Amino acid sequence: MAYVAVKGGERAIDAAHAWLAEARRGDASVPELSLAQVEQQLGLAVDRVMAEGACHDRGLAALAIKQARGDLIEAAFLLRAYRTTLPRFAASLPVDTNAMLLRRRISATYKDLPGGQVLGPTFDYTHRLLDFALAAESLPAAAPEVTRAAEPAPRVTGILAQEGLMKPETISEAEPADLTREPLAFPADRSLRLQALARGDEGFLLGLGYSTQRGYGNAHPFVGELRVGEIAVEIVPPELGFAINIGEITVTECQMVNQFAGSKTEPPQFTRGYGLCFGHGERKAMAMALVDRALRAKELGEEVEAPAQQEEFVLFHCDNVEATGFVEHLKLPHYVDFQNELEKVREIRASAFKDAAE
Amino acid sequence: MSALLEATGLTLRFGAVTALDDVAVSIWPGEVVAIVGESGSGKSTLLRVLSGLAGPEAGTVLYRDPDGTVHSLLDMPEASLRRLHRSDWGFVHQNPRDGLRMGISAGGNIGERLMAAGSRHYGAIRAAAAEWLARVEIDPARIDALPRTFSGGMQQRLQIARTLVTHPRLVFMDEPTGGLDVSVQARLLDLIRALVADLGLAVLLVTHDIAAARLLAHRIVVMRRGQVVEQGLTDRVLDDPQHEYTQLLTTSVLSA
Amino acid sequence: MTTATGYNFGYLDENTKRMIRRALLKAVAIPGHQVPFGSREMPLPYGWGTGGIQVTASVIGPSDTLKVIDQGADDTTNAVSIRRFFAKVAGVATTERTTDATIIQTRHRVPETPLREGQILVYQVPMPEPLFKLEPRVAETRRMHALADYGPMHVKLYEDIARTGHIAISYNYPVMVGGRYLMSPSPIPSFDNPKLDRMAALQLFGAGREKRIYAVPPYTAVKSLDFEDHPFRPIRADATCALCGSRESYLDEVVTDDAGGRMFVCSDTDYCNTRQAAREAAE
Repeated sequence: MAYVAVKGGERAIDAAHAWLAEARRGDASVPELSLAQVEQQLGLAVDRVMAEGACHDRGLAALAIKQARGDLIEAAFLLRAYRTTLPRFAASLPVDTNAMLLRRRISATYKDLPGGQVLGPTFDYTHRLLDFALAAESLPAAAPEVTRAAEPAPRVTGILAQEGLMKPETISEAEPADLTREPLAFPADRSLRLQALARGDEGFLLGLGYSTQRGYGNAHPFVGELRVGEIAVEIVPPELGFAINIGEITVTECQMVNQFAGSKTEPPQFTRGYGLCFGHGERKAMAMALVDRALRAKELGEEVEAPAQQEEFVLFHCDNVEATGFVEHLKLPHYVDFQNELEKVREIRASAFKDAAE
Repeated sequence: MSALLEATGLTLRFGAVTALDDVAVSIWPGEVVAIVGESGSGKSTLLRVLSGLAGPEAGTVLYRDPDGTVHSLLDMPEASLRRLHRSDWGFVHQNPRDGLRMGISAGGNIGERLMAAGSRHYGAIRAAAAEWLARVEIDPARIDALPRTFSGGMQQRLQIARTLVTHPRLVFMDEPTGGLDVSVQARLLDLIRALVADLGLAVLLVTHDIAAARLLAHRIVVMRRGQVVEQGLTDRVLDDPQHEYTQLLTTSVLSA
Repeated sequence: MTTATGYNFGYLDENTKRMIRRALLKAVAIPGHQVPFGSREMPLPYGWGTGGIQVTASVIGPSDTLKVIDQGADDTTNAVSIRRFFAKVAGVATTERTTDATIIQTRHRVPETPLREGQILVYQVPMPEPLFKLEPRVAETRRMHALADYGPMHVKLYEDIARTGHIAISYNYPVMVGGRYLMSPSPIPSFDNPKLDRMAALQLFGAGREKRIYAVPPYTAVKSLDFEDHPFRPIRADATCALCGSRESYLDEVVTDDAGGRMFVCSDTDYCNTRQAAREAAE
């Protein structure tokens, strides 16, 4: 949703923009930030902006971050708006995360498993002590390298499914609804919900996911598997009739395994929560998986009580570009409607005092 | 004190509205007292004050426990009041959803008070629940069903079973037939009458339905605008009303 | 006293340690009762053991020997991280032998080797409130504990049996402590619950994110909830440890191939290593 500039002197607005440009540059004696620096050294910010901007382009995301002065929601907005200008010429085949070139792969449900626990570049086991050495420029020591033969790394959910322990997903050949082309409609099916969550605000989903762990919704889930790595994006051009690889992107995939349900008629099974996002975004993928599972409550015959389980509440409010648009629009002039309120309040108060006096 | 519950001088205002104005009412073991009046009369507020769920600005409520000791309800610590509500007292809400755990099976709903009182034998709890379902005319085969699969009338009967399973001596009922259609109401009233007789319950029943009061109650208390305008034996008050408001009430009702 | 790194002994300042010790004393005085405390941000994230770390930091002294385990093993990444943390900020001796430790900080297991008087077992607790799945509001659960109003928990067990014929809780199985307070033993497998009953060691529980501490003093009665006709039964995989041959210890399942191959090994690595060494010595 774009708001046309409302009232305000054009000169005032031009001056504001000029000031913004100065503020963005900051002290001219400090070296200017390059897009390469943002893309390389603030890589996780770039990943987040691509995920919430719903557009995979590291260079553009880096530019958006510089332009937005580090405000990541503003940057996601820039990327989304840019996306609107792009023509769509194909839809890719579903990406095969099974064939992922794994940089990081962990499972909390098994101590060890085929493919191993590969830690990758992670903050997880660092101690959060400010490292003042980073204030100076330096080159880190080279990380130890080891060559391993590529080992098959079957999905943990697949291992459980072999025993019949995973509740199978419903496969559908129907064309999935496209959130980028049509508005959300309710009830929303799983593919539409996942699309909305994939571009949803990481903070909002994090809070909702957290709430499900604290009793507002589901019981304690397990990380069946978390994978980060490169996958191929393939399209089938109609002229060729076969798939071609148009590039590789990094994605993060999380499969949460949730406690068994079960009833008198159905024996217990594990149920899945799924999360997927562009780049290296573990918090996002995990939160998404928690909320995905919570939103399956109705389908799995659970009571829908908690906010994370309510699909309209979650899906309408998780898009931070929409949210910030509407929240921040309150800064626009509203003095006409407010005047109306003023007069109404004065009128009611006047008659209340008049009644009291009688 | 021989009464089970004795209240005097109860006064409570909500802003400019007087909900209770110097109200006195008592109830003896085994008797049913109906509190009747139109909406806004203060009858529901009175029930809440008598059951300790709300506090008056003035007045006292005395309660005699099974040992014969008299307690002042308003001075009672919260722990004792909660214990009372789980054992010697029952409260049947107008909307059964307020008195049931909708996500718990019928059997679990009935068994809860038994478990809270220390019952630890699954088989015995389940048997007691099945027995009570039969007693309130719900098919015991529905013992594992969730209340949301029950009709309104069944939910209300389940609420009654849940409340009576620990054999309380005093039950507060707030418009128990409200929201149910006429034939269902009649069945429910019959059930309540039978249970009261079988178990020797004392019941404080709030209702705007004069016919229900006539059917169930030994004594009737008529309220209007926070005041008790008339009280006495049901038949006497309804057949020979003294206060003009009571006369108005009785003449606007088709006699049963 | 400060260590070479410039941190106070045990990382926390002395006032914070005092505040935590007061909470611990209250907790020990009322077994199983949750005592709120002013949990601090630590260099490890909330949810990764900050409660356990703060409790350990408040009771540890220069003469202590510390063992840290996660899932029963000393070499899991988080156990390594926490052990290194204390080595750095307290300079205490560390060990992997349960019998040699004076303080054992644990996540999700109780050591197989029985503990003795004088040892302290510090549990890392994610959710201290045993009732949270039934009632997420803390204000309400506080009231329930104060009034010993535990009916809803028994109802939950009843519902499990009605639905599946079994109590459906596996880890974090609720217990009654001293016959008065309902307590979460932390996400240890229910197999470990009997070890808490009348344990000779002091058991301290720290929940950093939820900001609560509780305790079970030595020789306190700890009983898992059940029904007379559905008694509590600890469960473990029906298998033998492939490394040491134990049929009694709690086992980890290791998937060996993608055709369904599996093996089982003791989760408690110290216990398993000790048994293996004894077996070799005997040969």
